[in-house]
Order: sequence, then structure tokens, then C-alpha cells
Amino acid sequence: MPISLAARNVSHRFGNTVALDDVSIDIPAGRATALVGESGSGKTTLLRCFNRLVEPERGQVMVGDEDVRSQSPVSLRRGIGYVQQHGGLLPHWRVLRNVALVPTLQHMPDSTDAALHALELVGLPSAQFGSRFPHELSGGQRQRVALARSIAARPGVILLDEPFGALDAISRAELQESFDNLRRDLTVTTLLVTHDLAEAGRLAEEVVVMRKGRIEQRGSMRDLIHAPATDYVARLIGRARAGLEALRA
Amino acid sequence: MNATQRRARMRATQRIGALMIATTMTGGIMPAALAAQREDRPVVVASKPFGESYLLAEMFSQLLESRGFKVDRKPGLGATEIAFGALRTDAIDAYPEYTGTGLIAILHDTLPDSVAADPRAVFAHVARRFADLYHVRWLPPLGFQNTYAIAVTRSTASRYHLRTLSDLAREGSHLTAGFTADFIGRNDGLVGLSRVYGLKPRAVRPLAPAVKYQALASGAVDVIDGYSTDGLLARYDLVTLIDDKHFFPPYEAAALVSNRLDREAPGAVAALALLSGRLDERTMRQLNRRVEVDGEDVKKVASDELAALGLTGTPPERGSVQGAPSGQQQSGFLRYLWDRRATIWALTVRHLELVAFALLAAVIIAVPLGLALERTRRIAEPTIGGLGVLQTIPSIALLAFMIPLLGVGVAPALVALWLYALYPIARGTYTGVRDADPDAVAAAEALGTTPTQRLLWVRLPLAAPVIMAGIRTAAVITVGAATLAAFIGAGGLGEPIVAGLALADTRMILSGALPAAVLALAVDGVLAIVERLVAPAHRRKRFWRTRTEGLDRAVTPAV
Repeated sequence: MPISLAARNVSHRFGNTVALDDVSIDIPAGRATALVGESGSGKTTLLRCFNRLVEPERGQVMVGDEDVRSQSPVSLRRGIGYVQQHGGLLPHWRVLRNVALVPTLQHMPDSTDAALHALELVGLPSAQFGSRFPHELSGGQRQRVALARSIAARPGVILLDEPFGALDAISRAELQESFDNLRRDLTVTTLLVTHDLAEAGRLAEEVVVMRKGRIEQRGSMRDLIHAPATDYVARLIGRARAGLEALRA
Repeated sequence: MNATQRRARMRATQRIGALMIATTMTGGIMPAALAAQREDRPVVVASKPFGESYLLAEMFSQLLESRGFKVDRKPGLGATEIAFGALRTDAIDAYPEYTGTGLIAILHDTLPDSVAADPRAVFAHVARRFADLYHVRWLPPLGFQNTYAIAVTRSTASRYHLRTLSDLAREGSHLTAGFTADFIGRNDGLVGLSRVYGLKPRAVRPLAPAVKYQALASGAVDVIDGYSTDGLLARYDLVTLIDDKHFFPPYEAAALVSNRLDREAPGAVAALALLSGRLDERTMRQLNRRVEVDGEDVKKVASDELAALGLTGTPPERGSVQGAPSGQQQSGFLRYLWDRRATIWALTVRHLELVAFALLAAVIIAVPLGLALERTRRIAEPTIGGLGVLQTIPSIALLAFMIPLLGVGVAPALVALWLYALYPIARGTYTGVRDADPDAVAAAEALGTTPTQRLLWVRLPLAAPVIMAGIRTAAVITVGAATLAAFIGAGGLGEPIVAGLALADTRMILSGALPAAVLALAVDGVLAIVERLVAPAHRRKRFWRTRTEGLDRAVTPAV
């Protein structure tokens, strides 16, 4: 069951640096939303508020109908999928055991079956890959394993923090495609952090542009292109477009 | 009454109080059993780590044994602080000491020149003060003095016309001195010598006692400090310069006996007193020469002399006795090792026991400590830094500190080795666990593992090689440091090293040093294998793969 996410008037500082400045956002269940912005825009901080890796100084953060503070971080996180830029696979565990981590933490009786199924879903046949160690895989394969690990326990929401940021262009395109299919099949709420506007447009139904801890604009990619709310958004679109045209020429 | 005296008096009062309570209690309950126990406890005879001290202690021991006392020998105790510290706390019962050392190194007293020049007066002063302060008794002097002897070669003496220390001071700017570190720092050594005679050598090189005679003979230095009864003074035909301003106090040798022995075994004290006044300087120099120059066995030299003095059995025939060891010296080093294999094996086992127990205790404390510090990182660096400071305490000082608490023998040695092993293990554990694959740790946290699960599933397995490396370092350091256990009577391979250095016997030194080196390599090798076995699975893989692959190929028929 997909779960909605919400942040209400959330503010947070790291030392004297403002990371989030009174941010409010609703992410409907089952939708894919991308947080876009430059480094330091606050997009990763906002993402990490939802699984309590960041505890904001002010405001309320909701997962489903509940305030995140109503349950312990550990049990909250077990219900939320998470993928980070450098997959963060446990290097000394074989692929299958890595994928079975969250089902095991949840004491699911069929945790191995769940892991096998998740591996199939991300396109890595377990017979071939299940008993390998992470360092025996390519970068793209490792991110697929990380993806499998995040969905193995069938969470209602997945948080992805630059999941494809460290990959070469070809693996990246392949993985984007698989992920897009996957999340539609699973009907899971996804929140994706990326600095790549094209990736955001490709994978998300709604794009949220962030800058200096605030939301500049949110809407579909089409809205952003045709009606940029601020100069900053317009510049961002312009730069992405220039990149594309340079590629065509 | 100064502070030291007051403290000592208080301590004495406390001790007497405790003694009274103990006597009343035991006297009331089970006097017979206690008396039996007293007789059972052997007399612990110790020495300091130089030849003459070994020899005198051996004579004390044999004399006591001939009178029916059981003796436990603890030769080669570190230095004055350790030997005297042990005696004061009844951890040992007797050792040979010198009045000048007692006066200056232990009491730190300065006497008026008129008193200081008179050996009888110095003895009386030292004996009285030791009885007052420490309840320790000096037996009447053995009959010879062993003072510092500033020595030069005959050719240096004639070239610069050196006869006295005043002559030496006059020519000082031409001469390089090779003095023991002890002598350079002591008030009754170079410090005072410079003040009284104005001696300023061109250069002063600190030399170990074992090498200074060779250094002088080879011309590397021009003047050394020796002891007037050293056998080597005669061997190298050296000239001892006359102390014309009577700077050095008298160093009369005598047996120091513990309060316990004095109280509980007056018979043993009486036996030791039989040697008082029986050894003159000429005799002592000959005996030292037999040990240090001719390489005769200390036990043999001691028993010969006791017999010659009529204190034990019948005197053996000198010729036959002296013949044997010199023949033995010509035989090969391997032969020497082979002859001593049982002893060396026993010492190696003891050495290994010391290392194993100290290391095990250090692992039990330092690994959990390192893990705990990873959770409380604010205090981690100061704590580990504190353990690092322990490393900088000189081992002799650390051993000396521990005597009042733990006496001499295995216990203080274990504690010292344990303290030295803590730092590398705690450091390795903390660093290894802290720096374990940050991405993997972060992902494990984000997916809902508890801190304990992260520790057991992620950090600890990934840190295992770094932790093992810390343990390996600690183990090799401990094998080396355990040779110092000999200074405190704990045995081990340091025993022949200390004795060999004291007796200028290279083979004896090597018979301890070589097994110690082999042991260090062996321990390192064994732990290297352990390190491989605890490596995290993905790193271990290649090792297993190649083996199982080989196995597969061997058992799977080709298709």
C-alpha cells in the first residue's frame, strides 16, 4: 500500500547554515516526486527528515497519517525503502543476504523468498548473482542490488538520494528505465533527490525545485518549462535545455 | 623532623599497629599452623644486575642452604629502587648492598666531610637511619669496599701523566669520557666530580656497563667509570686514578636483610652474618675475575669460596674446577645452547605464559573499551591518549612503582605488560570500528538496523583486520617487553639476558635473546594467520576460492 508523505513548516540548521527554511509539502500516495536543486539547496536534508536521519528543529513531518516522532527511528526506517548514491551494500555479505536485510529485520518468515523476488524484479537473476559479493559486480549492478534491497520488504514508500549519480551515462539510462517500470508495477510512493533536471522529468510526475532551503516551484515538468515561477527556475530550465541542444548539434 | 621522616614514622606506626593486630589474632587462633607456614616460606635472596651482586647473592644462598634453609633466588632485580623497594616491602629477604649507595641513592643524605671519609662512621649512620626509617637491617660489612674507580689505559696514563683525579681534571679537555648513564646523572657521579675537581671532559658518551671496557680498550673513549673490584680492571691492565680529594664516599658491601627475616627467621640472619668481615678486596677482585673474565659458573665460584672460608663442606681442588669451564667455553655456541636446552625451554615457556596472560587480559579490556569509545567519541581521543602516555613511562620506573602494591615476581610483571599492551589494541579497535566502510554503515542505519546490529553485523566484521593488527603489534611488543620481567624476578628469557649483561657473557645473553627473537617471529606469524581467518568474508574469498576451486577440479571429472 503506497503511503503519503507530508512536511509542515519544517526548518533546520546545521550550525549557522540554514538547510530548510519553513518548508511545507504534500506528497500524495503512489506518486513519484523529485526534489531538484543545487548542492546545499536542502533537498537531501528534506528527504532525510522522512526517515528521521535528520530531526528538524521546527515543524512536523508525517509519514502516512502519523507524525514520524510517534514511533522509534528503527521501526520507522524498516518500513521505508532507501537507496543512496554509493549503494552502501555490506561488502562482506553476499548479494542475496544484502537484499534480505530488511525482510530479516522485520522477521518476515519468507525473507529469502522476498529477496529472490526483489532480485528478479531489478533484473538480476539470483542464480547468477545471488551468491556474489558486491565487489564482484559492476557499478550499475550494485545499484540494482541496492534498489532490490530497498523494495524487498515491500515498503509503502521509497526514498532515493541521487541513486544513479555515480554511474556512467549508459548504465544510468538503463537503470532509470528499469526503475521507472518497477515503481509503476509496485505502486509505491517515491521521493527522489537529484541534481539532474532531465532525470527528474523522466522519472517523476511532479518536480519540486529547491533553493537555499526553500521551495521555488512545484509542478509537472511541463509547468516548469512553460511557466517558470521564478527567474531561478527559468535559468535552470534554460541551462538543461542548452545541454540537450548541444547534444543534438 | 621533616615531611619524609614524619611520613616514614607514621607508616612505621601503622605497620606496627597492623602487626600487633595480626599477632593478636593469629596468636589467639592458630599459632601452630602459622609457625609451620613461616618455616615453609623460603628465604628470598636477590641481587642487582651486575656480576659481583650475583656472586654475593649466590654465596648468601648457598650459605643459607648449607644451614638447612630453603632459598628462593631472585637474581638481577632491575636497579637499586627495585631491589630496595622489594626488600622494604618484604617481597625479598636479603640482597647485597653498598653503604655509599644507601647513603646517597636511597637516603639522599649528605654528611660532613669528616664523617663521610670514615667507613665505620658511614656504616653506623646508614645502619641507624635504615632501621629508623624502613625497619631494615644492615648486617656488619663483608669486609671490602667497592667504590667507583675512574680508570684509564696505561698508555693514556703515561702520556698525560695521570695518577690522581686532580691530574685527570687538569687534562680533561683532551679526553673523551665513557660513563654509564647512572654515573652521569648521580650526585656521587659525574655531577659531583665536576663540582669538586672541576672535571670537564672533551665529550661524555653514555655507555652500557657491558661495553665500556671494550670501548676503552679499543680507544673509542679515554676514561671510564668502573667498580674498584671489577675483574675487568685487571684483565685490561687499567690504571685506577686516586681520589685525592676523597670525593667518593665509602662503598662497603654488606647484606641487607628484611624486617620479616629479622623477625621470623633469626637463624637465617645469623647464618648470613657468618660472612661479615670475611671477604677482603683482593679476594673479591679475584672472585669477580673468575666470573667476569674466565667465564666460570657463578655457583661454582661461590661454593669454592664458601668452602675455602670453611663455612661449608670441604674445599675442592682449584685446578680441576677451573679447567672444566674454560674447556667448555671453547666448545661451540650451539653446543652451549644444547646443554642448556631444558633451562631455555623452561624460560621460553614462562616467557610465553607472561605474554599470553598479559595479552589476553589486554584484549578482554581494550577491545570492549575501543568499541565503547566509538559510541562516545567525545572522550575517545583523551582516553586513548591517556593509554598512550602509559607507553612513555620507562618500564623500570613502572616496575618500581608496582613493588609496594604487588611485590616482586610474576604479578607486577603481568600488570606492567598488560598496561603496555592496552594502547595498540584499544587504538586499533577504536579506529577500525570508527572508520569501517562509512557508506555501508550509513545504509544499514537508514534501513533500520539498531546500533548493536550495526556494530555486530557491519562495523566489527569490517574492522576485524585492523583490530587484529593492533593485537599483533601488542603481542610483538609484549614479547620484547617481557624480557624486562627479569628485572623484577618474574623469569622468562630476560633472565639470561640480564645475567649475561651483568657477567659480560655474550653466549648467555644470546641464549635469551635468540629464543626471544624467534618467539617474536613465531607469535607474529601465528597471529598473521589468525588475522587472515578473521578477515571479512569478501576479502577472505580469494583464499577460499582458490582452495575450493582446486578441490572442485580435483573431484569433478572433466565433462
